[in-house]
Amino acid sequence: MKRFRALACAALLLLAGVGPVFAVRPDEMLPDPAQEARARTLSKELRCMVCQNQSIDDSDAPLARDLRLLVRERIKAGDSDDQVLGFLVSRYGEFVLMRPTWHGTNWILWLSPFLVLAVGGVGLVFAYRRRRAPAAAAPLSADEERRLHELLDGPEPRDGAGRNVTNV
Amino acid sequence: MNPEIGHYALVLALAVAILQTTIPVWGARAGDAALMRVGTALAIVLFGFISLSFATLVSAYVQSDFSVLNVVENSHSMKPLLFKITGVWGNHEGSMLLWVLVLSLFGALVALFGSNLPATLKANVLGVQGSIATAFLLFILLTSNPFIRVVPAPAEGQDLNPVLQDIGLAIHPPLLYLGYVGFSITFAFAVAALIDGRIDAAWARWVRPWALAAWAFLTVGIAMGSYWAYYELGWGGWWFWDPVENASLMPWFAGTALIHSAVVMEKRDALKVWTILLAILAFSLSLLGTFLVRSGVLTSVHAFATDPSRGVFILGILIFFIGGSLAIYALRAPTLRQGGIFAPVSREGALVLNNLLLTAAAAAVFVGTLYPLALEAYNGAKITVGPPYFNLTVGALMAPVVFAMPFGPLLAWKRGDLLGAAQRLMAAFGAAILAALAAVYVQGGGPVLAPVGMGLAVFIVIGACVDLAERAGFGRVPAATALARFRGLPRATFGAALAHAGVGICLMGIIAETSWNAERIIGAKIGQSFEVGRYELTLDRLEPRQGPNYRALVGVFSVRRGGADMGTIESSKRLFTARSMSTTESGIRTYGLSQLYVSLGDELPGGAIGVRAYWKPLVTLIWLGALIMALGGVLSLSDRRLRVGAPRPAKKPKPAAVPAE
Repeated sequence: MKRFRALACAALLLLAGVGPVFAVRPDEMLPDPAQEARARTLSKELRCMVCQNQSIDDSDAPLARDLRLLVRERIKAGDSDDQVLGFLVSRYGEFVLMRPTWHGTNWILWLSPFLVLAVGGVGLVFAYRRRRAPAAAAPLSADEERRLHELLDGPEPRDGAGRNVTNV
Repeated sequence: MNPEIGHYALVLALAVAILQTTIPVWGARAGDAALMRVGTALAIVLFGFISLSFATLVSAYVQSDFSVLNVVENSHSMKPLLFKITGVWGNHEGSMLLWVLVLSLFGALVALFGSNLPATLKANVLGVQGSIATAFLLFILLTSNPFIRVVPAPAEGQDLNPVLQDIGLAIHPPLLYLGYVGFSITFAFAVAALIDGRIDAAWARWVRPWALAAWAFLTVGIAMGSYWAYYELGWGGWWFWDPVENASLMPWFAGTALIHSAVVMEKRDALKVWTILLAILAFSLSLLGTFLVRSGVLTSVHAFATDPSRGVFILGILIFFIGGSLAIYALRAPTLRQGGIFAPVSREGALVLNNLLLTAAAAAVFVGTLYPLALEAYNGAKITVGPPYFNLTVGALMAPVVFAMPFGPLLAWKRGDLLGAAQRLMAAFGAAILAALAAVYVQGGGPVLAPVGMGLAVFIVIGACVDLAERAGFGRVPAATALARFRGLPRATFGAALAHAGVGICLMGIIAETSWNAERIIGAKIGQSFEVGRYELTLDRLEPRQGPNYRALVGVFSVRRGGADMGTIESSKRLFTARSMSTTESGIRTYGLSQLYVSLGDELPGGAIGVRAYWKPLVTLIWLGALIMALGGVLSLSDRRLRVGAPRPAKKPKPAAVPAE
């Protein structure tokens, strides 16, 4: 429900003619280039909460502007990058962070791609071992056995002829 | 044309689709050739009805028939003709109609060009296609009918979302759908093979052209979408890890894996079970993408589709097809007999590695896109999974893929020689090191990873050339012989090398753009000059202009470099009167492979206007690389061996299918 309200807000803003212009305005920027660069980097890590998947660096929404000014205020006050992020999280929750944390069940998020890789890799090794093992050779069906005898024209069944380890 | 004709054609199409789902499959079970043949006719008739329906909707848009609700909501009589037509699929209902149109087009193509398929396989393929068409036609007729009338008809429409009033809408969605929906064919082949219980190398040969075509379309579709976002959204970004982009990227990863594993299956009769699973996954992820976009379950910049009741319907379709196909897979896959065996270091082994990493990359995108939803449903916590997550995970998984890429084609089937391959790649290594050193020299003290990435990109491009040279035998046999051999190489070989080179070229663009991009944000007054990168821009004038359905403010900038005149750039903001919405039309000028990008912002106090200017070195390589990849796919497709209907070698007769045990 909250999301729909946010969407509706964004839609209203658009309707009001606050067009998609660009985000960071020249009058927001800090005079110190090093501090401004830090502010820009941090802005890319922060989500504009009323927007659709935009960082505050990209967004033109009034809220994003407020957040950008807030980030710059904290930087001017001498906060470290982590302190700025921590301050915003304490205010707005983890939703504001573009980079998910490792809190709670988020390890599922971070590790599952590599889990897929590991499980796939282990599965491959097992599949490979199984197929190399002679026991895995498919036994001939009675029909095939008879046909083999016909072909070879001899009573002696060649053990493992059906084994698919051959590189014929 | 009367909209009711289109509506009625759609209802008839549903009836035909239901027949197509049942009759051929029944025929295949009963072994009745006549019933199986009916599928061919039905698939063509289905395409005919849906085309008629689509044409009716297009005509309603062209004539601005405001008695049709869909036209009222998305069109305007003053809109240019091109956007009246593209507006047909610039909305939910119309884009679903385009979706089934493409679906039925592919079905008709299989019907027409599938004469070399075994009768039962073809019947089952058309049956599965028919069932997908049935589901989506029902969806359109029950929840998203584009032909609903409105009484009384308003005098004027509400216009199309201005962001969509762009040539990009004419290109991007149709290409993307050709890709998405193209995978429905490989899906249908996979399910049909499972129903049939037989699958062999010949199956891979029939499926590969469809997979390649779908993949090539999807590649171009994604690239065009990226370029569209780049110039339209005005942020200078070209990839946002937006859920809708992710929705197209997942089937792309699965499809890329599929075209590679199908090679192994065709050449070596191995990886069958896996290839079938990939064919199912690629289309399942396309369906998931359709669900994510159409249901509005995710908030994203593609906001023009938000309706939860439709979401539930698509979710049903999703569960039916994905669940159903996976259930058949679970039942039948264990009975499929495995084919040729291979050593870990071999062409097959390299392709397995490629598949494993691409699948993991698809998983990363999948989890990153859906985890926030799952978490919110689980404990109400709201988190954001943004670009940093995707860059890290997908980047980590793709790095080994691109590094291993030049090695793969140089390894022999069954048992390869890694050291030998590395030796043959010495030239590529050398070029990579030179490129990295050049990058270090050019950038001075920039990001450390950039030269490494550039070296890697050059390694891939030169590696692709080495592959071709090795196959022709340059350096080992007389030059004339090698040249003759080079000319005689199959087109699929050229296609693969070209596609691989395309990846390298795309990577170059990505690295150059992200590492060496220069940005300037400034409040500029008329006559004021400023620098971005090595270019000097001057805001010459600001002028209002009147478009057909918008008013624009245009900033004209003159560009100079080292005193020399480099032309002008026009960047504008448009205000669309019907919706009171504005868009940015970034001014972009291409110099060689690089671009200068200027977008206008708000007017600032004191008569200045906000300007955001970028110098984006080699940025065009990102999309050129993607186009080259797709071109490689098309070249492979034109290979005689894969050409639909091409005579097969007499040596290997078609019904050499391995029956299920």
